[in-house]
Amino acid sequence: MSDARFLCLEKLTLSYGKNVAVPEMDLDIGKGELVALLGPSGCGKTTTMRAIAGLMEPSSGKIILDNVDITRTPANKRPVGLVFQSYALFPHLNVYENVAFGLKLMGVRGKELDDKVQEGLRTVGLSKFATRKPAELSGGQQQRVSLARSMVMEPKVLLLDEPLSNLDARLRLEMRTELQRVQKESGVTMIFVTHDQVEALAMADRIIVMLDGHIEQIGTPEDIYNRPVSDFVADFVGFENVFALENGKLKTATGTVELSVTPPTDAKGLAWRPSMVSLGSGPFEGTIRGTSFAGGTREYLLDTPLGPIKAECDASLPAHEFSSVLKFDLPVSQAAPLSRVGSL
Amino acid sequence: MTNKLFSPIILLLVLAFLIGPFLIIIAASLSAGETLAFPPQGLSLRWVLKVFEVESFRASFGISMFLAIGGTLAALILGIPASYALSRYKVPGAETIRTIVSSPIIVPGIIVGLALLRYFVVPFNFGILFALFLAHTALILPYAVRVVSASLNNLQSDIEEAAVLLGSSRIGAFFRVVMPNIRGGILAAFILGFVTSFNQVPVSLFLSGPGVRTLPIDMLAYMEITYDPSVAALSALLAFMSLGIVFLAERFLGFSRYV
Repeated sequence: MSDARFLCLEKLTLSYGKNVAVPEMDLDIGKGELVALLGPSGCGKTTTMRAIAGLMEPSSGKIILDNVDITRTPANKRPVGLVFQSYALFPHLNVYENVAFGLKLMGVRGKELDDKVQEGLRTVGLSKFATRKPAELSGGQQQRVSLARSMVMEPKVLLLDEPLSNLDARLRLEMRTELQRVQKESGVTMIFVTHDQVEALAMADRIIVMLDGHIEQIGTPEDIYNRPVSDFVADFVGFENVFALENGKLKTATGTVELSVTPPTDAKGLAWRPSMVSLGSGPFEGTIRGTSFAGGTREYLLDTPLGPIKAECDASLPAHEFSSVLKFDLPVSQAAPLSRVGSL
Repeated sequence: MTNKLFSPIILLLVLAFLIGPFLIIIAASLSAGETLAFPPQGLSLRWVLKVFEVESFRASFGISMFLAIGGTLAALILGIPASYALSRYKVPGAETIRTIVSSPIIVPGIIVGLALLRYFVVPFNFGILFALFLAHTALILPYAVRVVSASLNNLQSDIEEAAVLLGSSRIGAFFRVVMPNIRGGILAAFILGFVTSFNQVPVSLFLSGPGVRTLPIDMLAYMEITYDPSVAALSALLAFMSLGIVFLAERFLGFSRYV
């Protein structure tokens, strides 16, 4: 079963001077997986990525890749590729030379070199641009060159730092499918760092949600989206109404509120998406303090004894008036039960 | 209306003021007469040819070339790593270092020259040539650091990490991806340093001694004794040399981008 433990971080601790950015992280990544490291800025995801690449030395713990301990292997000897957020292309070299850079250092020469570079350029659809300088390319094209430059090295793991963040919305969609295609065709283990949950959900086989240097949750996009385990993850993926539980009751800023149905006993909290809040009837009342039209739906911000509640309903239904009082319910059957609260 | 007439006149005056002396020197150097005069008395190349016959000019030209090239190279050898450290690492007191490095630009040459002579050359008994070499290196260093820093700051720092991840060593990354991208800046610094050193008078004046003079100092000394047009001819030749260097630099490197 070494395939499931292709890349392992064992009690990996990463620090900047005395500041510990990532304490004792354990993580297994399988061969050929497309994994997203998801989290807000400062959560340690980039630090973790840099440690895997060898650009940062861990203060303790191990990094094992394909059964080899690479913890102390210098960055230039690791079979790991990295596509930088800024692409980091060499400005004095043209596209072809950029892609050939690493291969030449490996000692690849002549026809073999040419074949590999051409193949790399073909994979990312840039064969026609071989003689261009990076400055003459668009952001998306630079991204592809950077991808090809790493891919021709046939790394065991390819890391991508915020691969889509510098692209405009349309290119982002295109690049998403492109990255997935390259990953599936080559079978390379790919880890990308992102702060955008939509990106992570859309692309990854598995998502690792990070917060303050530790892993909050690991799961498939479906797991993360539908079954967040903590209040942080819940909020991050759109469960905007998050409550802690105390003796089976909802904890609010002022006290506790009883629910119509007793929640599961092992739950420490409950979370509802705005669309799960049923408006029009129920035991609670709230005043509409804000409303916004979002195409297919209409969103309401309610001022309630439970605190502010975000609700959402079909835009084809008649709109509720501003400051009108509405009855609503938080159906326990739909709520995501949280096993951890307190990180928000 | 006044503007239309006024600005071309101002422009012409400025140009005349800047280029005039150069034209006068060229004309004077082509004179056939015995003394430095303008307008020239007749036309000949005899003074231009004389320049190459004066023994001391040949010697001091050699010394000036040695100082300009050697001093600039030394300043670059010190200045490139210094610029690199200043732009890539959080150096404690980086601002102070920058100020100190720039001080030879701000402090008048005459003070530098006197100070070097009194507190450096005399007490330590340095040779004249060595003292001149050190002084010129110190004078060029600010230009080297400034120009090289400017091109380093324009360069993304993560290309070095990219090179390392593609299999290059740290030092290899510097030579493979940093140097090629700051080559223009280094050449610009070289030219600036060369010209600065070659035209240096006040510091060299203090440090020159028996048998060791830079070309400008030698020209001054020559004129005190002989007032013939060969000095004008030499000036014209030097001006053309500088012009040639700058022209080539601009043509091949886009020199003006770095200065």
